[in-house]
Amino acid sequence: MENPQKFSPEKITSDLLPQPFGRRGKLWTAALLLVALIGAFAYIQQLRKGLVVTNMGDYVSWGIYISNFVFFVAISLVGSLITAIFRLADVPWRTPLTRISEIIAVSAITFAALIIIVDMGRPERMLYLFLHGRLQSPIMWDVIVISTYFCTSLLLLYITLLPDIKIMIAAREKLGTPFAKFYRWLGSFWKGTEAQEKMRDKSITLICIVIIPVAFCIHTVTSWLFATTYRPGWDSTNFGAYFVSGAFLVGAGGVVVAMYVFRRVYKLEHYITERHFDKMGKILVMLALLYLYFNVNEYLVPAFKMKKDEEAHLQALFTGDFAPLFWFAIIVGMIIPIFILVFPKGRKPNAMFAAGVMVVVGAWFKRYLIVTPTLLHPFLPKFDAPARYSHYFPSWQEWAITSGSLAGVLLIITFFARVFPIISIYKTITDHDSELPS
Amino acid sequence: MSIEKSRREFIAAGLLTTMAAVACNSKKSPFAPEEDVQPSGEKVKLLSVDGEIIEVDKAYLKPVPHMPSVSNEEIRKGIPGKKFAMVIDLSRCKNLKKCQSACNHMHHVHSEQNWIKVYQMQDAEMTAPYFQPTTCMHCDEPPCVKVCPVDATFKRQDGIVLIDSDRCIGCRFCMAACPYSTRVFNWEEPELAADVAAQTYSAETSVPQKRGTVGKCDFCPDMTRMGMLPHCVSACPNGVFFFGDINEDSVTNGSETFRFSDLVKDKSGYRLMEDLGTKPSVYYLPPVNRNFKFEEGLKNDEPAAKKA
Repeated sequence: MENPQKFSPEKITSDLLPQPFGRRGKLWTAALLLVALIGAFAYIQQLRKGLVVTNMGDYVSWGIYISNFVFFVAISLVGSLITAIFRLADVPWRTPLTRISEIIAVSAITFAALIIIVDMGRPERMLYLFLHGRLQSPIMWDVIVISTYFCTSLLLLYITLLPDIKIMIAAREKLGTPFAKFYRWLGSFWKGTEAQEKMRDKSITLICIVIIPVAFCIHTVTSWLFATTYRPGWDSTNFGAYFVSGAFLVGAGGVVVAMYVFRRVYKLEHYITERHFDKMGKILVMLALLYLYFNVNEYLVPAFKMKKDEEAHLQALFTGDFAPLFWFAIIVGMIIPIFILVFPKGRKPNAMFAAGVMVVVGAWFKRYLIVTPTLLHPFLPKFDAPARYSHYFPSWQEWAITSGSLAGVLLIITFFARVFPIISIYKTITDHDSELPS
Repeated sequence: MSIEKSRREFIAAGLLTTMAAVACNSKKSPFAPEEDVQPSGEKVKLLSVDGEIIEVDKAYLKPVPHMPSVSNEEIRKGIPGKKFAMVIDLSRCKNLKKCQSACNHMHHVHSEQNWIKVYQMQDAEMTAPYFQPTTCMHCDEPPCVKVCPVDATFKRQDGIVLIDSDRCIGCRFCMAACPYSTRVFNWEEPELAADVAAQTYSAETSVPQKRGTVGKCDFCPDMTRMGMLPHCVSACPNGVFFFGDINEDSVTNGSETFRFSDLVKDKSGYRLMEDLGTKPSVYYLPPVNRNFKFEEGLKNDEPAAKKA
């Protein structure tokens, strides 16, 4: 296995500099744009006619918009895991993964904020959150921590980019004038002097320390949107930890998928090596086991007691309408990946990619299962309401908007990779300098 | 219909009072022709403050605004010195749903939605089924108010929980928080008659409903301000609903009046989901010594049963 350490800085730079889209890249971007546009079209319809275009009702008053929101918040947590926790723990192999995880964090949290606006009945009154905001409401806590996390993540991404911007300005004849102009606007002040370097290093450490509690907050507070209510399935003291552990799992799964794709598309085999997959695989196993543990707590403890109100909800999950989805999320989203990843052979890129996809897809449906079945099992019987309110299957507009938002996240990541190096050039070179030849 | 009629009567009374007030304050007779108004020749009979019937030319009548409007600030405070409560006597409910239709009619609730739901309840396999009309509980520890991010739903000093549809951002957190499933959402633009849609919105009338906002039973504070009973109370032919003020310790269904504390004590009143700590303002009297058989009530439910 070749190590990037053997390469010269010039080779590393030319390998990692952003490249124009190839044919596949263009097709991919066009497809994403199309999905995003369909989503935008559906949203315009929703704005015109109101939320009646969704299949939500007075019982399922939160549908896939909210579960998608929870999914985005969850996956965005990975930025803090890979960058901040790994940096503070001084994990040496993190370099090629940090930027991937940071851009996942920034794009996902952006769309988390957007999708919550989509869910509002009166989006034009959004400013009321600031004019008439009540600090007692968990929604306000979410607004505060998510905007804080967004800013902190963006700052972290930006500061870690600065030395690379300098490298890219130097390589302007290769990247083209419009890009060079943009890079100069972004970071021409960065000269890489010793004083600047020191400041940068300090800032990153500081942000890394700050971002961990903020990251825990975003998902804990998101879990409280549910846990602060009385409803069976939500009324749980386990919820914060359960959500945070699930978030780390789906985030790590997302990073595995992204690193596999970037490695293939940009031919980064020498930078994202099998060793990285092996390490991430072990982390993924640990996180999947942790999440499974919280799931056992979340479902089996109430199932042991089978309180009347919990019973209908749990039965719908275990054996009822939601059973296929529930067992899919548990088995495909957790148990199979664990079985793949505990074996060294399963921690090879291809198998890891499959496990990563399973984790991410399972996690998306898991969020749906957290939101919807509970709402279908209110305390009082479903009565004197239209029959269609007793069921929920999202309308095409909801699917289109949700798909559009997922496409939007991928678009941000795609465009980012077009404009910036997806692996830090500067860090890869300095890692090479500081490490003794093996 | 009788409700609308009584409202019309009230307005007529208001009209007269206003005229009388004008008569007292100005030296000029209110009925003296104004310069730019030409008599139409058509006379209208009115009752004067002295109880005499007088005739006035129609052209001299000026429309008075529909209602003395209460400011949003006052609406948010509530009616001073009051603490409203409701007692629902389950032994009297025959599932007629007159409460529901009156409520829906007066609040222009969406044709498929209901603010008052009349549940068919059965607590255990062996116990008797009964009908349970459910309004908003107007909790003293309202979970909906706790979670509202913009103070759109609020608790007033008179105990009423209201929604300000001009403030609501439509996040629906209150709907998730309410354990009584009492809140409904205006998923689409409400279909309203032009005159209803043109009314000035007030959180006390909850009319007109607005798209993208939450609605629910409001305890009819507009009626209460006029010293009248909520629509469900006056619509129920069986006197199921008692409404009143805990501070006065009295509740009435329009024909019978009870001391509130005695009523809930003597008849073992209870509140729904007491264990959640929401402290509802709605009390229930258990379905004992019933006036009707459950099966009799079921017949009233046939069209609704199709819906559910």
